[in-house]
Amino acid sequence: MSFWSRHKIFETNSIILVIGVLFVIAIGGLVEIVPLFYLKSTIEKAEGIRPYTPLELAGRNIYVREGCYNCHSQMIRPLRDEVERYGHYSLAAESMYDRPFQWGSKRTGPDLARVGNKYSDDWHRDHLNDPRAVVPGSIMPSYPWLEKNELDMSSVSEDMKIQAMLGVPYTEDMLKFAISDVRIQANADDPNAVDLAKRYPNAQSRSFDGNPQKVTEADALIAYLQMLGTQVDFKLYDNKANVR
Amino acid sequence: MPAAYKFFAEFAQTWGLLYFVGVFLIVLIYALAPSRKERFDAAARMPLQED
Amino acid sequence: MAKLWASPHQERSRPMAQTATTSKGMTFGEGGSALAFAALGFLSIIIAAKAYTPEYAFHAYLFAAASVASVFVIVNRYFERPAALPPLTINGKPNYNMGPVKFATIASVVWGIAGFTIGLLIALQLAFPALNFDTSWLSFGRMRPLHTSAVIFAFGGNVLIASSFYVVQRTCRARMVGDISPWFVVLGYNFFIVIAGTGYLLGITQGKEYAEPEWYADLFLTIVWVTYFLVFLGTVMRRKESHIYVANWFYLAFILTIAVLHLGNNATVPVSIFSPKSYIVWSGVQDALVQWWYGHNAVGFFLTAGFLAIMYYFIPKRAERPVYSYRLSIIHFWSLIFMYIWAGPHHLHYTALPDWAQTLGMVFSVMLWMPSWGGMINGLMTLSGAWDKLRTDPILRLMVVSVAFYGMATFEGPLMSVKAVNSLSHYTDWTIGHVHAGALGWVAYISFGCIYCLVPWLWNKKELYSMKAVSWHFWISTLGIVLYISSMWVAGILQGLMWRAYTSLGFLEYSFIETVEAMHPFYIIRALGGAFFVAGSLIMAWNVWKTIISAEAAVEEVHPAQPALVAAE
Repeated sequence: MSFWSRHKIFETNSIILVIGVLFVIAIGGLVEIVPLFYLKSTIEKAEGIRPYTPLELAGRNIYVREGCYNCHSQMIRPLRDEVERYGHYSLAAESMYDRPFQWGSKRTGPDLARVGNKYSDDWHRDHLNDPRAVVPGSIMPSYPWLEKNELDMSSVSEDMKIQAMLGVPYTEDMLKFAISDVRIQANADDPNAVDLAKRYPNAQSRSFDGNPQKVTEADALIAYLQMLGTQVDFKLYDNKANVR
Repeated sequence: MPAAYKFFAEFAQTWGLLYFVGVFLIVLIYALAPSRKERFDAAARMPLQED
Repeated sequence: MAKLWASPHQERSRPMAQTATTSKGMTFGEGGSALAFAALGFLSIIIAAKAYTPEYAFHAYLFAAASVASVFVIVNRYFERPAALPPLTINGKPNYNMGPVKFATIASVVWGIAGFTIGLLIALQLAFPALNFDTSWLSFGRMRPLHTSAVIFAFGGNVLIASSFYVVQRTCRARMVGDISPWFVVLGYNFFIVIAGTGYLLGITQGKEYAEPEWYADLFLTIVWVTYFLVFLGTVMRRKESHIYVANWFYLAFILTIAVLHLGNNATVPVSIFSPKSYIVWSGVQDALVQWWYGHNAVGFFLTAGFLAIMYYFIPKRAERPVYSYRLSIIHFWSLIFMYIWAGPHHLHYTALPDWAQTLGMVFSVMLWMPSWGGMINGLMTLSGAWDKLRTDPILRLMVVSVAFYGMATFEGPLMSVKAVNSLSHYTDWTIGHVHAGALGWVAYISFGCIYCLVPWLWNKKELYSMKAVSWHFWISTLGIVLYISSMWVAGILQGLMWRAYTSLGFLEYSFIETVEAMHPFYIIRALGGAFFVAGSLIMAWNVWKTIISAEAAVEEVHPAQPALVAAE
């Protein structure tokens, strides 16, 4: 059997074709993806990153549910105009607890990576209710149901348990107090706010939707938006330490 | 730099290139070898044959 | 509706002798799938009862209903069918199984219209936000995934399943493997689409672009897809020819790679079997790379390799001449699948992804230009010596223009993957324009050509009901595409330039909302283009329907007894 006639197997043997295709596509995928898992510097060291509080996590799930990522990115590129418009460029560490990541691919609306604490809670509430009431030219849909719907927190501790299993550093206490932490954070002056802040440093707690009677979806979403991009103190961050 | 990362990055930058050139050469030889001309000409007519 | 899928001659030519001699028994496929569906139905009812959310309970009931219907159809079909299964050949000719192909062809037309119309709606929502109607399930964030999934997976997916099942049988000269399984692939895939689509509207999503369906839909799709792979591969292995035609290579790469991508990007852990919610095992930057490894190769293997297979069969067939260079098609195949797999990171330029991965993605994206144009040349040059057919055959014209659009989009793509260009184009509507140059110009046009070819062949008619209508479809849609992509180019580049514009004093010149307001006229032009495209697809649906119900048959073909399986709807 000559060398050339052996090549015939590719075109005549379908299993070989299958293996050939798998071989060709596997190398490319593996070479690009595998190093990221071994690379400390993929996720740079940055002080202040903590897992989401139960309320913020619930808010983030609403952000995902409503498909906000279709129009809003959460990834500031290191380009002059973006840094001036939105703030310090995004660090990989800032999305290390994001499942799924929400970097987005389109800016029909502005980037939200650092929207936290830029606007008041009232602004967010009015804006979610009717965007054109506060930004006349806006083309964002209105989300009036968010402040009406009571937040479903029945599975929040289960959500956190799964995340802990996947490597998010939620402690026993955090899991145990998940539901009460939701109530504490969505309340203006809860006496237990100190405990919450101990578990989740710098967690902001107040009635985000201005309605202390109940915990709504708007509470959760605004709590999430108000913490976005606020964890790292860039006055202390040394970007030379992580040059890649 | 962690050793594993270095290993994979260097693998991508050296053997990855060789692998690419190798695959391409094999495909070129396979497709262009004169001995297969007839077979490929016949194969190209496959959609046109009616049964 | 049973008649629609059945062979037109089944009653007449049913071989009576077989019923008399063979004793009837359930096949393993019939018995096994009936049992499996019964179990799935039972499980679904339990899940529905204990579901965390009403939306998930609704889906569980849908699964239960579909399972019960499947059991009923399988058992009923068993009692109706003759004892012997359809023979593999009749008078030495292959006895093709075209029922599932017919179903998928019609499904693609229906989903196409639905997907284009939803696209038109969301285009209008961006121009006139009142069209969100302040209703959760109609809001843009939920409708946009519905649009992308409906056109890519529902419309495109059905075209791919229909054409692959057709082409693999014809080029292998063998009846498709399996009896229940081809129907399971077609109906199961369409059921997956119903679950995915209704899920988006109800707010069930993974939040990953083009991979929004949640874990249970993904799991179900995995089973369907593995069956698809086995049916396809089994048919290839049953072939009479020693050579596997190149279109089948592309189909096989598409099926196989999509399976790998699907598993990698949907590696989630459900919160509970009673919860629709799951969390992905990758996080942050790793999730981003896995997502765009998936996202870009969904373009490369679903929207490119699969439709190139259509090009390599239907253009030669329609032009009645072999492909320009079979050797080029082989080089095209291996270099394309090899390079595409590296190109994903160009979706993450200037992000927190490490630079070396970005550079790798850019280099391979630029190199990808070569095999892409190799394929384009191969498709176009197949017409050499027969260019006059473009004047007389509007179906061939559709397919040739689609290849030209493929060439355009695959030139633009590498250009946009260059980091300097990407810094301007990324996040803008330029990307949307680029995607639609490929999606409308390439994918949809080659699909239309494929559907127009398939319908008369499948339903045994001489030609389409109206060739004039095909011409109208072509010109109206082309006008639509031109309006769409040119408005999005201008919009995207304008947007990108406004974002980075500075005043002479060194301040950013425009607030973000000013850049949004500047888009308004272009969004209207884009919606107009979309409306033309929808109108064209309605003409197609009318033409296809008229062709199917027309009485005039082509040549008499002897068809065997072929039990018809009715859609489980």
